[in-house]
Amino acid sequence: MAKVMKKVDAVIVGFGWAGSIMAKELTEAGLNVVALERGPHRDTYPDGAYPQVIDELTYNIRKKLFQDLSKSTVTIRHNAAQTAQPYRQLAAFLPGTGTGGAGLHWSGVHFRVDPIELRMRSHYEERYGKKFIPEGMTIQDFGVSYAELEPFFDQAEKVFGTSGSAWSINGKVVGEGKGNPFAPDRSHDFLLPAQKRTFSAQLFASAAESVGYHPYDLPSANTSGPYTNPYGAQMGPCNFCGYCSGYACYMYSKASPNVNIWPALRQEPKFELRDNAHVLRVNLTEDKKRATGVTYVDAQGRQLEQPADLVILSAFQFHNVHLMLLSGIGQPYNPVTNEGVVGRNFAYQNISTIKAFFDKDVFTNPFIGAGGAGVGVDDFNADNFDHGKYGFVGGSPFWVNQAGVKPISGLPTAPGTPKWGSQWKAAIADSYTHHVSMDAHGAHQSYRANYLDLDPNYKDVYGQPLLRMTFDWQENDIKMSQFMHQKMHKIAEAMNPKLISGAPKQAGTHFDTTVYQTTHMNGGAIMGEDPKTSAINRYLQSWDVPNVFVPGASAFPQGLGYNPTGMVAALTFWSAKAIRERYLKNPGPLVQA
Amino acid sequence: MSTEKTGNSRRDFLLKTITLAPAVALSGAGLGSLAVSRPAQAAEHPLAEAQAARDYQPTWFTAEEFAFLQAASARLIPADERGPGALEAGVPEFIDRQMNTPYATGANWYMQGPFDPDAMAELGYQLPLVPQQIYRLGIAEADSIAQQQHGKAFAALTGEQQDTLLTAMEKGSVTFRQLPAAVFFAFLLQNTREGFFSDPLHGGNQNMVGWKLIGFPGARADFMDWVERGERYPFPPVSIRGERA
Repeated sequence: MAKVMKKVDAVIVGFGWAGSIMAKELTEAGLNVVALERGPHRDTYPDGAYPQVIDELTYNIRKKLFQDLSKSTVTIRHNAAQTAQPYRQLAAFLPGTGTGGAGLHWSGVHFRVDPIELRMRSHYEERYGKKFIPEGMTIQDFGVSYAELEPFFDQAEKVFGTSGSAWSINGKVVGEGKGNPFAPDRSHDFLLPAQKRTFSAQLFASAAESVGYHPYDLPSANTSGPYTNPYGAQMGPCNFCGYCSGYACYMYSKASPNVNIWPALRQEPKFELRDNAHVLRVNLTEDKKRATGVTYVDAQGRQLEQPADLVILSAFQFHNVHLMLLSGIGQPYNPVTNEGVVGRNFAYQNISTIKAFFDKDVFTNPFIGAGGAGVGVDDFNADNFDHGKYGFVGGSPFWVNQAGVKPISGLPTAPGTPKWGSQWKAAIADSYTHHVSMDAHGAHQSYRANYLDLDPNYKDVYGQPLLRMTFDWQENDIKMSQFMHQKMHKIAEAMNPKLISGAPKQAGTHFDTTVYQTTHMNGGAIMGEDPKTSAINRYLQSWDVPNVFVPGASAFPQGLGYNPTGMVAALTFWSAKAIRERYLKNPGPLVQA
Repeated sequence: MSTEKTGNSRRDFLLKTITLAPAVALSGAGLGSLAVSRPAQAAEHPLAEAQAARDYQPTWFTAEEFAFLQAASARLIPADERGPGALEAGVPEFIDRQMNTPYATGANWYMQGPFDPDAMAELGYQLPLVPQQIYRLGIAEADSIAQQQHGKAFAALTGEQQDTLLTAMEKGSVTFRQLPAAVFFAFLLQNTREGFFSDPLHGGNQNMVGWKLIGFPGARADFMDWVERGERYPFPPVSIRGERA
């Protein structure tokens, strides 16, 4: 029998960006809030203590800040005919754990969204006709517009201290030369000017321009100068140390919940954080129409019940979906009938990488880096080019995002180089400081064949079924990868390197769980306007259990061209405002089904 | 595969350790027979000669296993005209020390069964073995095959014979009884690279030879003045403990 804790107004499950934003917003609204984080307590100190943190082996290789798979993982298969195998070792994607979540170890690329991607299906149907969208592709509209979200993107950038180059502000072009002409209009400029361009980003910018593309500075939540955010949290200028991705920032330069939100939240008496608190399920009333709180396991293995009027599921994308399935919130998705909503529209990111190798007189110094810095082009992102003749859905920004290439994980070699011995040694010695890596950071569409459900064979240490991913690349993804590779190749060629390597996906390429791609997983508990095809409404509120809200990339109906964190933060602020201004006055569904 | 440019750096190593620290080289069982080096070889490799790994007694590996690690890592990253190799960098010490960390017991891996080692490679590692077991079984298998083929342990083979066996393990064209040879090889290669390139704090990359090879400046961690410059970064590496190369 679980011990019952004192009831609170709101319980937050998962304490990364989404959980921290919600905790701040809800305590501001006067609520008593408890946040439950299954991992340990983490912060800039000691987890980012210099110089101990400048250690590739401990962080990138032994993966200190990431999820402990011995307790819980997912299983993966390529199609419904296979038996899924556990994701036993971290590789393709790296979910966080601990307070701050992935927000502590992310890189800091801080985009908004391309407006058409919010109304993906409608836009494609309008421009290319309904038949253009392939059979089995389940892309949808978010149910919220860019105009509605703009104030929340603005709010998030102010909290994060984002650096960048604006293109247009309130309809007026201000950023010719550095801004992104494809970027949506903004109500305010970035808080800080864009970060410096590394030499590799300069090469990319000139090459992209020479082939007719439109280079811009990536928006970065690594500070280009000192900054104090609206909560009074202070950040120092990034020094391009190259240790963002996978690390806590010792410089207080990379935005994290720990740096940017907690200094204010910590002083809030209505807020309590409990770490090492693994939530097993959301408790529902018998009719499953209302949540009564959550049940969790503490560090000593005790089961505790935390009653609450409001439950926020703000864990990592697939943990949110897992908790909904374990708790019985919403109808699980059935890919055969295409009915049900939880587990539907699971999507990822469709990346291709090209490396250019230069002679010994060109020094690219790849150890210099910042997670969010770089130069990109959006000429082939979203629907910025006519897809009509190419026959695929989706787009891709291209960029040099030199985050700091480290020697265990990042040494490039030309194709055909042996993996060891003197030839390998000579190859890495000759290429490391003379190469540039660039990515096509492709959007990924959702399909009926890719979904999440509970695994029938494998359990976590708490005895609960693991979440199962059924996922593989589809024809549309392969077509897009090949197209993007060819377009980005032109940039690489224009740099005049001595060698270019990298290849797009080929027909029959399967999702490889052993090679890092991104941690940008999306969907499974998607937002939308129709309860038959979405698990949560446009305010991120469960259609079935209206006192449960589910912020996170789990709400995205498909994967975006851009990195998801900016969108997650904006959506969370948007949802929080709806809770504060409407839900709390009249607890119940914010949208009538 | 790796070209035979370098002579036998294992023998160089033994020669040097005999000179510098006789107790180490002679204490390991099975190592005595290896001390048949040609004294002339040391002079052929001035860079390698400039450095030897520090004295180290393994705490997890047996002497025979450690001799395998010394020999194999020296072939994977050899000492050559580009500078010291894995042996001189202390990679065997690194791997031995790693065997006493949570990594070696698969502490953050999901290790509940059932296991399906025949699952397709894209679905990832599916064996019930953790690094400690992979090394114990893998080294025994490699030594056993060396014995079958040449009547000697791996460490006693010529460099060319060692490369041939390592290549067969890499390609999976040699059959181990207890685990796939390619799985063992992949762990050995990965850990050798880790030991060559990680901060010296962990026992390898001694004198930052790995970093010097490629031009990585280590834990300098402040490049404010260098971000925009496309020119050679002039400062040598620094370690977390503040050692300078």
